[in-house]
Amino acid sequence: MQHDLIKTTEIGHAAISDVVENKEQTFTARLIASQPFWVTIALVALVMVMAINEPSFGTVENAANVTRNFAPIGIMAMGMTVVIITGGIDLSVGSVMGLVAIVAGLFLTWHYSWYVAFTMGMIAGIACGMVNGFFVAYVGMPSFVVTLGMLSIARSLAVVFSANQMLYQFGPDAPIVRAIGQAKWPLRAPVGWAPLWMPELSSHFWVMVGLALIVGYVFNSKAWGRHLFAIGGNEQAARLTGVPVDWIKFQAYVFSAFTASLASLLLLGYNGSAINAMGQGYELRVIAATVIGGANLMGGAGTAFGAFIGSAFLEVIRNALLMAGIDSNWQGAFVGAFIILAVLLGMQTGGKSIVAAILERLLPRKHR
Amino acid sequence: MALLEVRNVSKSFGAIHAVNDISWSIEPGEVVGLMGDNGAGKSTLVKLIAGNFPPTDGEVLVDGEVCHFHKPIQARAKGIEVVYQDLALADNLTAAQNVFLGRELNKGFWPFRVLNKQAMIDRSAQLFDELKSETRPRDLVKKMSGGQRQAVAIARTRLSNAKLVLMDEPTAAISVRQVAEVLELIRRLKHQGVAVILISHRMPDVFAVSDRIIVMRRGTKVADKATTSTSPEEITGLITGAIRAA
Repeated sequence: MQHDLIKTTEIGHAAISDVVENKEQTFTARLIASQPFWVTIALVALVMVMAINEPSFGTVENAANVTRNFAPIGIMAMGMTVVIITGGIDLSVGSVMGLVAIVAGLFLTWHYSWYVAFTMGMIAGIACGMVNGFFVAYVGMPSFVVTLGMLSIARSLAVVFSANQMLYQFGPDAPIVRAIGQAKWPLRAPVGWAPLWMPELSSHFWVMVGLALIVGYVFNSKAWGRHLFAIGGNEQAARLTGVPVDWIKFQAYVFSAFTASLASLLLLGYNGSAINAMGQGYELRVIAATVIGGANLMGGAGTAFGAFIGSAFLEVIRNALLMAGIDSNWQGAFVGAFIILAVLLGMQTGGKSIVAAILERLLPRKHR
Repeated sequence: MALLEVRNVSKSFGAIHAVNDISWSIEPGEVVGLMGDNGAGKSTLVKLIAGNFPPTDGEVLVDGEVCHFHKPIQARAKGIEVVYQDLALADNLTAAQNVFLGRELNKGFWPFRVLNKQAMIDRSAQLFDELKSETRPRDLVKKMSGGQRQAVAIARTRLSNAKLVLMDEPTAAISVRQVAEVLELIRRLKHQGVAVILISHRMPDVFAVSDRIIVMRRGTKVADKATTSTSPEEITGLITGAIRAA
């Protein structure tokens, strides 16, 4: 009886201290609560299991391959993260890739120099982003509708401009274009210095890393990044405090289209040809990567590292499935399932990572 | 000289006269309760002062100078800040980030001009301290109580050294303990020489902090009385129209 009484007072006491203390989050608490952290752990575990069970997975060649494969997705995930933080979405990135590749490819087949072709491709891509941004930010239309329209428009333009042909007879600058898309660093002996265990990482990968660093820097240290998060958190509040909401939202869509153009030009160089189907279905993979990396589709949350790790995770899974001998047609099912799962986990846990939410339920109060 | 004077102000939207020939003024460090039923014209009057739109007739004077506000930013430049009913805070940001939202402190040179986070945290901590609030700059607004949110919203107005703060229903929808906290915040503002216009339906709160109560009915001012010389019963009568004017 008395024991029961003590127990109740203890619980009462704990409840009061919970309300009053309202602790500031420590670094470890924030780490445990962050989704990218757990995705990283899952990725490391997956890589280790695959490397042990599948001899061909752990090779430097495969490492170079995987990092090159997910780089275009990772590059676009940076742009998508920016858009998703504002509470929007960009469904047009895959189609923009196709259009950019065809426009740049056409200029190359007309024997323009590579920088003219790349600039024209970039202009075409950014124009798409400006149209998206204009209708979303200044006209106030839902981003879903506008970018879905652009998905159709850009792909259609790519098909029309290319006359539904593959473009590969590039002019005199073809070797330069290919060199940009196929460049590697660091190189192995005899040309380079890299030891045998080091993968020769592609230009795609390094572009992604550079972009991720820039985006991370902007998110953390620039007023622009801060405003982006404020818009996603409470657009009305941001507007009332004098944040140029429309202008920043416009820029977000332009940046997303810019990343899609960048990815497209790198792939154009790597393939040495342009097809109008480039990037078909990529919007889904990019959104999946972003969401797995912890960006919140409701806006207000997302990180550059999350976008990076999310796209790496998707590609490693894809690669692992291939190596495990599973029919590649299953990939779509896996990507789709991962999107639903990632969003579901985010919903169930109120924005925390699933592991943090489980720990919170399991651990006694004092260990939190 | 009055801090803010409203002189024969009227505002009509088409055929509707929302505010009709109203005059009054407020001194520095004065707390004025603005009361009235829904549709009495309180919000329109507040929006006129906050600069959302100009009056159809009459003048708004700040420090004796006639002002023509067309945008809230113009009123803000004159030291008039509004604490909105829904508080206008971004839940996903911290207290300090919200206080400095839209006017972040930077350091360094472009393109390496970065946010001066420590300075913003220190200044926010100082503001919360002045307001005697226990809000901590690094806490997420998402996890705060209604009273703490008010403190963040009010700290924003202190940051710009506002001379006049308009508060729209600051004590609606928060718990009793937090109401006391918010009323204390209003007293702190008054103590620092800031004039406060408190728009509220809650009679006890208005009587607790205001020096003067202005009652509006159907777009006109029906009373402007010192709080000590009136009673909740009289104010209720004035709001409903049972007492015609005082």
